Amino acid sequence: MQITSPTFKANAHEALHDAQLQRALGNVRSGFIGKRAKAVDALPEFEELRDNAKTIKDHVLEHLDIYLEAYEKKVEDAGGKVHWAESAAEARGIILDICRMNNARTVTKGKSMLTEEIELNDFLEASGIQPIETDLGEYIIQLRGEHPSHIIAPAVHLNKDQVESDFRRVHTDFPKDRDLTEPEQLLSEARQVLRQKYFDADVGITGANFLIAETGTSIIVTNEGNGDLTQTLPRVHIVLASIEKVVPTLDDAAQILRVLARSATGQEMSVYTTLSTGPKRASDPDGPDEYHVILLDNGRSSMLGTEFQDALRCIRCGACMNHCPVYHAVGGHAYGWVYPGPIGAVLTPSLVGVDKAGHLPNASTFCGRCEAVCPMRIPLPKMMRHWREKEFERGLNPAVARYGLKFWLWFAKRPRLYRLTTYLAMPVMGLFGGRKRRYRFLPFAGGWVRHRDLPAPEGRTFMQQWRDRDTLKQDAHA
Amino acid sequence: MTQAASPAPRVGLFVTCLVDLFRPSVGFAAVKLMEDAGCVVDAPAAQTCCGQPAYNSGDRDDTRAIAEATIEAFEEFDYVVAPSGSCAGMLKKHYPGLFKGDEAWEARARTFSDKVHELISFLTDVLGVTQVPAKAAGKVTYHDSCSGLRELGIHDQPRKLVASVKGLKLTEMADADVCCGFGGTFCVKYGEISNAIVEEKAANIAGSGADMLLASDLGCLMNMAGKLKRQGSNIEVRHVAEVLAGMTDQPPIGGK
Repeated sequence: MQITSPTFKANAHEALHDAQLQRALGNVRSGFIGKRAKAVDALPEFEELRDNAKTIKDHVLEHLDIYLEAYEKKVEDAGGKVHWAESAAEARGIILDICRMNNARTVTKGKSMLTEEIELNDFLEASGIQPIETDLGEYIIQLRGEHPSHIIAPAVHLNKDQVESDFRRVHTDFPKDRDLTEPEQLLSEARQVLRQKYFDADVGITGANFLIAETGTSIIVTNEGNGDLTQTLPRVHIVLASIEKVVPTLDDAAQILRVLARSATGQEMSVYTTLSTGPKRASDPDGPDEYHVILLDNGRSSMLGTEFQDALRCIRCGACMNHCPVYHAVGGHAYGWVYPGPIGAVLTPSLVGVDKAGHLPNASTFCGRCEAVCPMRIPLPKMMRHWREKEFERGLNPAVARYGLKFWLWFAKRPRLYRLTTYLAMPVMGLFGGRKRRYRFLPFAGGWVRHRDLPAPEGRTFMQQWRDRDTLKQDAHA
Repeated sequence: MTQAASPAPRVGLFVTCLVDLFRPSVGFAAVKLMEDAGCVVDAPAAQTCCGQPAYNSGDRDDTRAIAEATIEAFEEFDYVVAPSGSCAGMLKKHYPGLFKGDEAWEARARTFSDKVHELISFLTDVLGVTQVPAKAAGKVTYHDSCSGLRELGIHDQPRKLVASVKGLKLTEMADADVCCGFGGTFCVKYGEISNAIVEEKAANIAGSGADMLLASDLGCLMNMAGKLKRQGSNIEVRHVAEVLAGMTDQPPIGGK
């Protein structure tokens, strides 16, 4: 997809003035947060589970090569095939080869952010293969030619009435006067449309929430069961997973699952937790004939051993964006690439370059709410600050900000001069505050006074008055 | 034999640049609260800013230079106290990390950061203050500033002391723990987004029915006061220390 992160400010401006979007974003604020809080409160050991989850992933990231190779061996023991892909292009090529070898015309897809990352849908269409999204949210945005605005709720930027009009536009086989006012009616219609497509598809592609090294199993969690139909009905199942998804054992996955759904939607577990290991065995009643796993790096291994390694613990629950005031204000599309919100502000510079995604780690108040809710305890603000350091080192931040900061620091590092200047300046500034004790306009403070008044200083600085008090005290003692 | 009274704790007030320049009365309120609780307070002249603007802009070298100067300026004190969760968080949580790999300075920074406290939690958690003799009138609401809340765990302490002020009724706003959109340089670099966030906050403040807004960080207070005043609100905005110290002679932040 076209990266629009460089125009983040313009994207945000547009988002803030998009009434439909603003209406839809209200759902993020009101829905996810309360549900998560309730689920967390109901589980006394939640904090301990977070620690365990973090420890598991940290261990994996220190020994990633060992676990990936162990996983590969188990997949092949089960009759599957593992493909290693370094880049998005390589992963797309492998998928296309598998599709061509099977004369695939349509491909059903479970929800997968990684297929967004490699821009799979556009690529398949250009190659004459029809991809069909089966997650309801993904299906809706595919109809609209959009990209997900949230990693677990791809269509969260839309309102129900918008979906209704899309369905009326596209589903022309249904009676025109049908009632689509209730979400259940929309769901039922999508289900009817999708049902036959599962049977018609030649290949099913899913992502993976976990890869299990000890068994060669891949696990997906869904709430709609679409993942199961995508991976069991077609003749070929392709799992596309990034390398950091591997965990040593089923027990490890079970531990992390206990924090995943609670953090994401406030459910104890997602409705479906689906395990798949290799193709159909002789004794299995159903399942695919071919089972492929594509292990994609796409820049992740370059984060290992750096200050950004911790971000690879991410299990894509979306809690960080659900709790982010900036995400609440502008929504996911403004971030301009696949992963929005705080995790996007860390991953995007890592995966597409900080020269393109430099705004994202800066567009944060560092309120720390993301880190406070992250089930994997990823220090998101700290990592955004690391990106700011990289930008500062490379002189990528805007000149105005750089010189403004330098000007301030020049004084801050010279206490005597700082005192003298502020002794002189603040009383004058105080006077200009007038009777109202605030400014509506002020030169060089446009960024502030455009939106809010600036409270005026009281007058003489604290340190000036403190010195007077000290002098008075000393005089009294003399 | 008479037992010597334990000497009064010597507190270095890190006044913070915003309080120093914009609202000295918060500094004097802090001094009064600590002196009333038996401390000897001084404000060393060598202090300027905690360095957070540089730190959060990615400028490690300048941050470290400022941190060294600040640590040196406060080395003689038993405690270092700031009337701000954000600056106290910087001094306490972030200074030691600036010196990674430099053992001598890292140790100095740790000794320093162990002594650092945010004002209100210092009063309650270290000095054991449970109430203040101040009086006021009206309904107040309290905004939790992010650094104080999430870096230092300050939530109940200010509420407890505010509840002890005679004549004051605390009424909670919705989402008191959600950011006000200030974020240091964020509020000018991403002014439009900051505005959307503070508009939400202002609506919650107004919705609480309070006639006074309190918080413990001047940056957040100036942001929220600026928005409320631009909207024509009559809600008075003050640093919580002013009310706790009974020092409300100054006009509120941003005026009436």
